[in-house]
Amino acid sequence: MSASHSSSVERAPTLALGAPLSRAAFWLRSRLFATPVSAVVSLALLYLLLRWGWDFFGWAVLHAIWQVPHDAAGLPQTGVCRAAEGVGACWAVVAEKYRFILFGFYPYAQQWRPAICVLLFIGLYAASAQQRFWRRELALIWAVALVLIGALMWGGFAGLPLVADDQWGGLPITLILATFGLAGAFPLAVLAALGRRSRGMPAVRMLCVCYIELIRGVPLISLLFMASVMFPLFLPAGVDIDKLLRAQIAFVLFAGAYLAEVVRAGLQALPKGQSEAADALGLGYWQKTMLIVLPQALRQVIPMLVNTFIGFFKDTSLVLIIGIFDLTTTGRTAIDEPAWQGFGNEIYLLLAAIYFTFCFAMSRTSARLEHLFSRGQRR
Amino acid sequence: MQTARVLLPLMSMVLGLLALGAPARAAGSGSATLDAVQARGQLLCGVAGDTAGFSIADSQGVMHGIDADGCRALAAATLGDAAKVKFVPVTAQSRFTALQSGEVDVLIDETTWTLGREASLGLLFGVVNFYDGTGFLVKKSSGVTAAKQMDGATICVLPGTSTELAIADYFRLNNMKFTPIEIQDIQQIRGAFLSGRCDAYSTDASALAAFRFTLGDRAGDYLLLPDIISKEPLGPMVRKGDDKWFDIVRWTSYAQITAEEAGITSANIDSFASTNDPNIRRLLGLEGDLGKAMGLDNRWAYNVVKQVGNTGEVWARDITPLGVPRGINNLWTKGGLLYAPPMR
Amino acid sequence: MSASLAAPPRRRLRLSWSDARLRGLVWQVLILGAVALLIWYLARTTAHNLATRHIATGFAFLDHAAPIPIGETLIDYTPSVSSYGRALLIGVLNTLKISIVGCLLATVLGTLIGIGRLAPNWLLARLCGAYVEGLRDIPLLLQLLFWYGLMQTLPAPRRALHPLAGVFLSNRGLRVPALAWRPGDGWVLAAFGIALLGAFLWARHAARRRDATGRGLPLWPAALLVLGLPAMVAIALGAVPGLDRPALHGFNFQGGLLISPEYAALLIGLVVYAASYIAEIVRSGILSVSTGQWEAAQALGLRRGAVLRLVVLPQALRVVVPPMTSQYLNLVKNSSLAVAIGYQDIVSIANTTLNQTGQAIEGIALIMAVYLTISLSISLFMNWYNVRIALVER
Repeated sequence: MSASHSSSVERAPTLALGAPLSRAAFWLRSRLFATPVSAVVSLALLYLLLRWGWDFFGWAVLHAIWQVPHDAAGLPQTGVCRAAEGVGACWAVVAEKYRFILFGFYPYAQQWRPAICVLLFIGLYAASAQQRFWRRELALIWAVALVLIGALMWGGFAGLPLVADDQWGGLPITLILATFGLAGAFPLAVLAALGRRSRGMPAVRMLCVCYIELIRGVPLISLLFMASVMFPLFLPAGVDIDKLLRAQIAFVLFAGAYLAEVVRAGLQALPKGQSEAADALGLGYWQKTMLIVLPQALRQVIPMLVNTFIGFFKDTSLVLIIGIFDLTTTGRTAIDEPAWQGFGNEIYLLLAAIYFTFCFAMSRTSARLEHLFSRGQRR
Repeated sequence: MQTARVLLPLMSMVLGLLALGAPARAAGSGSATLDAVQARGQLLCGVAGDTAGFSIADSQGVMHGIDADGCRALAAATLGDAAKVKFVPVTAQSRFTALQSGEVDVLIDETTWTLGREASLGLLFGVVNFYDGTGFLVKKSSGVTAAKQMDGATICVLPGTSTELAIADYFRLNNMKFTPIEIQDIQQIRGAFLSGRCDAYSTDASALAAFRFTLGDRAGDYLLLPDIISKEPLGPMVRKGDDKWFDIVRWTSYAQITAEEAGITSANIDSFASTNDPNIRRLLGLEGDLGKAMGLDNRWAYNVVKQVGNTGEVWARDITPLGVPRGINNLWTKGGLLYAPPMR
Repeated sequence: MSASLAAPPRRRLRLSWSDARLRGLVWQVLILGAVALLIWYLARTTAHNLATRHIATGFAFLDHAAPIPIGETLIDYTPSVSSYGRALLIGVLNTLKISIVGCLLATVLGTLIGIGRLAPNWLLARLCGAYVEGLRDIPLLLQLLFWYGLMQTLPAPRRALHPLAGVFLSNRGLRVPALAWRPGDGWVLAAFGIALLGAFLWARHAARRRDATGRGLPLWPAALLVLGLPAMVAIALGAVPGLDRPALHGFNFQGGLLISPEYAALLIGLVVYAASYIAEIVRSGILSVSTGQWEAAQALGLRRGAVLRLVVLPQALRVVVPPMTSQYLNLVKNSSLAVAIGYQDIVSIANTTLNQTGQAIEGIALIMAVYLTISLSISLFMNWYNVRIALVER
């Protein structure tokens, strides 16, 4: 539906062409130089693109420093990079620090473990994006893979040394916070959404509305502060919940409220007849909800769920404020070392590229699913 | 509209949470912290984790710096092994709660010892591991040579530090005005100062010296003003009410100072095994029961010096590479402030 | 909450004390009881912890002098003299300052990009598409750091860019001349307000007239009123408002109006980020207007710009407003990242307060209360606006 609209809008000023032109020239004329205004815009944009692109190329490739010498003690000598500051990029900082940025404080010799976990995560995401893998087994695979990831990260068996979770860092933390956050938030969100729509239980509805609106009304960093600063005061002395888990709980609560609204949208979009038919069959509330309502409602909102997930994925970067070493924090800490101070742009570019890769892949998936579903709807 | 009805009582609920509070009661029982550390077999040590010279991770993720070494010394004293430390990175905001709630056993996080903190946080400082003071770094080309010339200046500071308090007081006292730029990110502060966004960068003088040192060839363009406008004694913090633990933290540091006074280093400590100096014999646990009295092994100080080194060694390892002169952080016999009470 | 229990729901007409209803009641009592128990337990433990850990409580600190240096203030403030309460109020005002301006600019930029994505020019449409995709997929925090870094490449005050008389752009920010405030200016301002009201009434009258008779009234009298009345008052009072021009004194520019690099970087970052979401909303809003509307408008001989402005956008508005509300809320909440680049919003100042006083619970509750209030106000305003445009559009 949307496709037909956009094409009609785009094709609105199609010109009648006199001379026989080649296809490329026709395309250029109709798409870039259709009107004088359009031509000016095109030329200006082209100029800016080429100019900025060339400057960037010069900085990032032509004048870049790829490695620096080390002194006798094995310490990097960054004088070359300092001399090139502002002219060329110092990619040597990435070469030196990439393992710390990716894996943080994880014991250096054991870093193959988080590396495998990252690959597992990517594999899981990739498999889940394919509609042909959407079977019951997928849930099982997820469960097995997540357990495997936990086991690999912690270790403590089969000769793998135990690595406590406060030594974890970098990309695995980002993936763990986002994935487990979503996994934990999902049941919560479904309950909150159902509660918010329940007619018969005003008190429960009130409670759900309170939870959803309270969380959605405050910034994530205030929740993270609460988890890191206030939460320890809530617990009796001696009971101590580890920092990563506290951040994870904050994330689950946060994600739960936003997902609840997504789920609610799905519930609202479901025709009333479905629910009435289930009633007519004599199904109880939970039977009706689990077998009839939720499967249809959730399927509807899968693209929205993916988009929300992209949001959480980016939001995990905020844990730097409470001192958990996720990808952003390790990146920032890497350049606190005196020898490498001042090469922030290179590191931030690397981080941006990593986040972009993940988010872009997910947003493509979301768009593809949306397209798929809307096609299915029309049929 | 429904949201409005719901949110208003909710907000009052949030505010209502604050009305909590009960009369203060004393708590604590002997050396609960030491028991916990020994039962766990690991010391939980709160550090900043991002400050060169104090606690910072290298490319392999290993912590370096005098705060990190302070943690190691404490682990060596209590557990006999300097490696049995778990470094818990804390932020300026979360550090006090982390200690209050027992998330860490000790906080060695460049925290300035002030009366206000001891009075209102339920925490106290064990000892001073670094005597610092608030200073200013300026561009030489600005022509400023003294802090009093900075009326109207723009100054970059880290929020949530005692630097803020020091500057606010100093400018008010001297009836001068300034514009603060408060940036939480050290990288951003660095950029802001070097690009000229701020006329001065103010923080602890040691950090300024270290910062200047990182500039390499360009260090000569920047001037560390001679004025030190505040005292910033930095040191480890512990919870109030566990006096035995407090003693251990304090005396671990004194043991390192005493070792430096006596010329004992990690390299030559074993050659003192046959010494007849009673002070050294007591320090190394060769005679007397000083360790037992504190609930530790009698070889505790030996472990500290052997595995981590004396104060001078720690300084040479962590601070000297930053180009910071030792100054008042030297032994009292060498014109500094380090002075350990007798260990007997 | 207990009130809702005491008065069982009456919407259902099943008057019999049916089984389902009893079950519902029992469930509600159980759930509410559990929640109340949890809250009571947490509150009790917290109170106990605060007491045994000797942590100060209460809001007495709000009256204490606050040694927090603050760079940008809308109201008078002296560090170490003014109170914490005042410092926090400045934080709230700073948050409002960035949020309101940010929402306005993000709407404008987002709408332009959204329209740009549908532009016939292939390059423009593609670039707008790349903008939307690119910016949505990179965390805002990194973007803010980038913009702030960019601000620092501006020249130092002594070599400030000087594009117009009295305008200086340097790494200390943008200085523009401001109207100097003089005693008589209150009256001029009042006259300006009255003139604006008059112009608004005139415009409304003109619109009614156009609707009724098909022939509008000229709008120049309104413009004349807005410019003329304040000028007349000013001349009558003999107090022609002067310009406060910025000039370089000592370290920095003095006088005029300042837009600091921190504010600018945060504003640009928030606006550019929010605009990438708003652009998508606007685009789908435009696409939701049926093709027939485009064709009919084109058949009337309207140009593309006029079709958009007069026919499509007003109809798209109805679809666009609800999702837009949540983008505004996001922008406000995202402004809490200010602390990373040195703009002192409520989070930054409450943080410093929390750090200096050690009272975490109070500090965080204040932050939450402020954001809840702002979010609530925006929701209410947008609901009102939504209802209003829905009425106008039938």
